[in-house]
Amino acid sequence: MGRAILLDKANIPGIRAFGVYRAHGGYNAAGKGLLEMTPAQVQQEVIKSGLRGRGGAGFPTGLKWSFLDRKSTRPRYLVCNADESEPGTFKDRYLMEKLPHLLIEGLILSSYALGVRTCYIYIRGEFKYLVGILETAIREAKKNNYLGEKILGTDFSLEIYVHPGAGAYICGEETALLESLEGKRGNPRIKPPFPAYKGLYDCPTVVNNVETLAAVAPVIGMGGETYSKLGFGKSTGTKLMSACGNINKPGVYEIEMGLPVEDFIYSDEYCGGIKNGKMLKAVIPGGSSVPILPADLILNTSRGEARLLTYESLAEGGFESGSMLGSGGFIVYDEDACIVRNTWNLTRFYRHESCGQCSPCREGTGWMERILYRIEHGKGRMSDIDLLVRVAKNIEGNTICPLGDAAAWPVASAIRHFRGEFEAHIK
Amino acid sequence: MQDNKIKHHLFVRENKSVAFSGKTLEKVNSLISRYPEGRQKSALLPVLHIAQEELGGYLSVDVMDYVALLLNLNPMEVYEVATFYSMFYLEQVGKYVLEVCHTGPCAICGGEEVLQHIKDYLHIDTGETTPDGMFTLKEVECLGACGSGPSMQVNTEFYEHMTAKQVEKVIEDLRQKTEEEGSSKGWAEQFS
Ligand SMILES: Cc1cc2nc3c(=O)[nH]c(=O)nc-3n(C[C@H](O)[C@H](O)[C@H](O)COP(=O)(O)O)c2cc1C
Ligand code: SF4
Ligand code: FES
Repeated sequence: MGRAILLDKANIPGIRAFGVYRAHGGYNAAGKGLLEMTPAQVQQEVIKSGLRGRGGAGFPTGLKWSFLDRKSTRPRYLVCNADESEPGTFKDRYLMEKLPHLLIEGLILSSYALGVRTCYIYIRGEFKYLVGILETAIREAKKNNYLGEKILGTDFSLEIYVHPGAGAYICGEETALLESLEGKRGNPRIKPPFPAYKGLYDCPTVVNNVETLAAVAPVIGMGGETYSKLGFGKSTGTKLMSACGNINKPGVYEIEMGLPVEDFIYSDEYCGGIKNGKMLKAVIPGGSSVPILPADLILNTSRGEARLLTYESLAEGGFESGSMLGSGGFIVYDEDACIVRNTWNLTRFYRHESCGQCSPCREGTGWMERILYRIEHGKGRMSDIDLLVRVAKNIEGNTICPLGDAAAWPVASAIRHFRGEFEAHIK
Repeated sequence: MQDNKIKHHLFVRENKSVAFSGKTLEKVNSLISRYPEGRQKSALLPVLHIAQEELGGYLSVDVMDYVALLLNLNPMEVYEVATFYSMFYLEQVGKYVLEVCHTGPCAICGGEEVLQHIKDYLHIDTGETTPDGMFTLKEVECLGACGSGPSMQVNTEFYEHMTAKQVEKVIEDLRQKTEEEGSSKGWAEQFS
């Protein structure tokens, strides 16, 4: 299953430089797309590939592109979401650091398909050193006529600019990101209107994740049909998983979708098993916002089937017994990890990162954090557990953006699966 | 092309002048030209990064007012933004700001111990600065380096796989560092 199509070149010495990337077949896909295909054909290949958003929601990328308002006479924008702030997620950073030209190649093809002439990469400010790496790559691509005016002699022109954030998780949410890119506070917008109609500067805009846009290069390179045969069912292609926590080999791994979770955790090719020979206790498989699952439910579904790394398999059983693939931020907890402390910690994160616009999220995250703090510090009451469940329920679905849900799910799932541990803290 | 190009304003407050160098101003102009005409407000975050770094290490009201003037914004538009984002400091900080990640994945790998050790070692609490003005300690949320945690940033440089021993060494090395060695590539230099 170790098929690498994004990271296959990652370990070639000097691959960050245009010349080396080009010598290893880089920008062939861009050439193919721009010289042999129409924009509509490029988009068609992306639809055929079954590629889905890698930023968390898994929405089909080709379909998202087809929503872009093409009747508008205003400029269109492509915005690459490189905010990567979801705890447990560090794959985009790895991709950009190793293969900046792969991202640029994906951006060229995507912009071509969408009829975009200006593309912004919104990158979290903490990745300051990556700004320089990306800017250098952009300069090189421009010098070699893959960016700028009349790319490869065609009528297509494109500029890519890197735009740094300044420390705010919420700016990963696409409408908050657009606000931030306009030089404002990162307060999410009410949808509709969707960015496809009114996005950056009120113009039609597509926002996609780094990994999604980079994947467009291999999709065009090999053809959508071939890409769609990789993976498993509706989870086509490969996925970057960032694995961390109590494992022997934390890191970024490209897996072909459909890999059993058990293989991912225990195989030496990936996580290499639990650190210090301990037992697996729980996993958050898709970044801190998705439900936590205890060992038995992450390895097998409640129907007893092996759990696979696909959008569908991880969600199998709904929130009763399943979770989500999310961003692929795979956090592993060993038998010694304290679920109560971890839940308090993550809730503190959401409280800190709430933009404060909606009261269920602003107040609810504060309530949950205070109650969890109290339980963790031995001052909890038995009634606190149900109170937490109630607060979480009241946030869920009642907010402008999904950060509210993202704060509620970890709490609700921790109590669902580890209630005994909460009770033991209180007794 | 762009007619919202800025000129070299001299901005004087309380007898102190606050101004970018000519070279930085050129960079600021080129940043503004990345956004459509009339949208120079978009350059606010990158310009504030540069301002914080080059004009005193934090965003004083004077510095924010200067940036407002440069970008033709209402000062309030700048304050609003400066107070929203965690990378902007509104008060004087030490020469080195130690920002230690205390979010879940780092916490379960020893991040809490590392943080405690720094407090003990420097005799300061989070949010405080050592009396010699060298170090400020801050807790931050996930830095996107969870696989190599516990992680920390010192003035936006990454330090990963931290242990109690390691942070002591980092701190001592920073103490030794001279001005010249200490200057890694700044914000303005990141942009082409
Ligand atoms: C609170 C919050 C934080 C988010 N953070 C990120 C992020 O850091 N990176 C990202 O690509 N998407 C993030 N998203 C998802 C984006 O809103 C958006 O769905 C995504 O960028 C779309 O790209 P995709 O279709 O390629 O996945 C976040 C969403 C929410 C609600
Ligand atoms: S849900 Fe939270 S983060 Fe999202 S808009 Fe409302 S207050 Fe802001
Ligand atoms: S949790 Fe510390 S860097 Fe992500």
